[in-house]
Amino acid sequence: MVVAEIKNYTINFGPQHPAAHGVLRLVLELDGEVIVRADPHIGLLHRGTEKLAETRTWLQSLPYLDRLDYTSMIPSEHAYCLAIEKLLGVDVPIRAQYVRVMMDEVTRIKNHLLNIGTHALDIGAMTMVLYTFREREDLFDVLEAVCGARMHQAYYRPGGVYRDLPDQMPKYQENRFKNAKTVKELNEARSGTLLDFLEDFTNRFPVLLGEYHTLLTDNRIWKQRTVGIGVVSPERALQLGFSGAMLRGSGIEWDLRKKQPYEVYDRMDFDIPVGVNGDTYDRYLVRMEEMSQSNRIIKQCIEWLRKNPGPVITDDHKVAPPSREKMKGSMEELIHHFKLFSEGMHVPAGEAYAAIEHPKGEMAVWAVSDGANKPYRIKLHTAGIPHLAATDEMTRGHMLADATAIIGTIDLVLGDVDR
Amino acid sequence: MSEKLERLCRQLKEKFGDRIMEPVLALGEVTVAIPAENYLDAMRQLRDDPVFRFEQLMDLSGIDYSEFTGYQGKRYAAVSQLLSLTHNWRLRVKVFAPDDEFPVVASVMDIWNVANWYEREAFDLFGIHFDGHIDLRRILTDYGFVGHPFRKDFPISGYVEMRYDPEQQRVIYQPVTIEPREVTPRIVREEQYAKGNGRG
Repeated sequence: MVVAEIKNYTINFGPQHPAAHGVLRLVLELDGEVIVRADPHIGLLHRGTEKLAETRTWLQSLPYLDRLDYTSMIPSEHAYCLAIEKLLGVDVPIRAQYVRVMMDEVTRIKNHLLNIGTHALDIGAMTMVLYTFREREDLFDVLEAVCGARMHQAYYRPGGVYRDLPDQMPKYQENRFKNAKTVKELNEARSGTLLDFLEDFTNRFPVLLGEYHTLLTDNRIWKQRTVGIGVVSPERALQLGFSGAMLRGSGIEWDLRKKQPYEVYDRMDFDIPVGVNGDTYDRYLVRMEEMSQSNRIIKQCIEWLRKNPGPVITDDHKVAPPSREKMKGSMEELIHHFKLFSEGMHVPAGEAYAAIEHPKGEMAVWAVSDGANKPYRIKLHTAGIPHLAATDEMTRGHMLADATAIIGTIDLVLGDVDR
Repeated sequence: MSEKLERLCRQLKEKFGDRIMEPVLALGEVTVAIPAENYLDAMRQLRDDPVFRFEQLMDLSGIDYSEFTGYQGKRYAAVSQLLSLTHNWRLRVKVFAPDDEFPVVASVMDIWNVANWYEREAFDLFGIHFDGHIDLRRILTDYGFVGHPFRKDFPISGYVEMRYDPEQQRVIYQPVTIEPREVTPRIVREEQYAKGNGRG
């Protein structure tokens, strides 16, 4: 009797694949349609950020941090600034801390909206992404109004934030596509300050979140594609170095905002959502609930920021530049300004590990200084690496089509993994 | 917080004695160096001992100390950042590779599975070898890359660049054509500089 020789089939997923979220190359070994082994090849987006940072002054490297996770930029800067502040021993004004918390939470909503939208898109629910991008647009407008850039903000500085929140929002202009009536409607929420605009958003958002729930949470197809897919037990989640929504999805209540609070998170009232089964569906629910918790935090920040004006950056001019006005009038301040932007600040020798709760998990910067105006070594710990490393374990035994569901659930951004 | 970390330092000294170096508490973080020969056992104990219970390895990275101002000692170290969810504390563990020419340290992959990729990365970027690692391949650099780019003697512009050659009709590697340049020089000030209150 002749027995046919059956061999496993190896396929190449990406790097140019719409569901690969950038440039992920996944070598999949298949037995029929079942995944036997997944070997992610990363590094196609490696820019050597850590090495580059060694050749720039501390401040010059800050915008590189935006380019790591290009879907949630501001929290990466946050970790970097916290590490420098720890080394310098600089205090951040309380208003700046509130601004930071608020902007972090805006980014968290923005990140989760993208994740849930594209995850649904990968699985085949086209509509979802249209809705989530509608709300992302408002948040992009917030970021743009705050610092002038939609994508790469470079808004935080060691010692505070670059400038205070703006008093007005940019408005739509009439053109041949938008008539006066449309423009008036669009500008209605934009007539006040940035905080008014954001408050309007936070009031609208719970309703919108309800719309997403209607579309997905009880959707039969969505559940068939996510329930029981990529299950990670709590023990394995710890072994695999998970953090953020991935860890909470597995039922471990761990959130750095609560457990090791930084800035003013200890004054905020919010809850940590936790999953039960550790599957893709639970992680989706965790992210949905996190958005509504972020919304609560933003509301609390808005209320505080309205009542308490004040400085938003430290007045230590060895760290932060003096105001333009002072600089033009005083020799000493001019020298400070010149030294700060030519030679840069000197950070005392030592090392600091600053970790924050990034939308994707724990984002940390390990900064080593030998007292120079440039870092000796910067190690960027991003949440994406351990999550992607676990793809092999999570996809094993699943069908090929589930690979996209699993890549979607780990909230993958390759800029973040490759650095 | 600092009281808690002092307790951690004390317990480290009690449990390990002279198997580890003196724990250092600075900037609210505890750092401890472990000699390479005791590394693996100590790491396992740090995870399993209920006193420490470091369930998670958050990060492991290489570092090249060859140009560190005023530093004399072994060149390469593998640095781990441990996190205990039970006790809510962190610990940084350093292990220096005994040989500068061929740096080797033990792999902690069996203790924390997540170390797999971190160790591949440290191997790729610093050339630190991890004894006991089952799959020590390059991870971030190009297929067929030569050298370890994060070592301090590796130039920032690299050695080779890639371009499409229209005559051979394929992508080729050639020596780099850009000059390395430094806009701001690296300066280390003497003691006491910039220690004032921000005035003058």
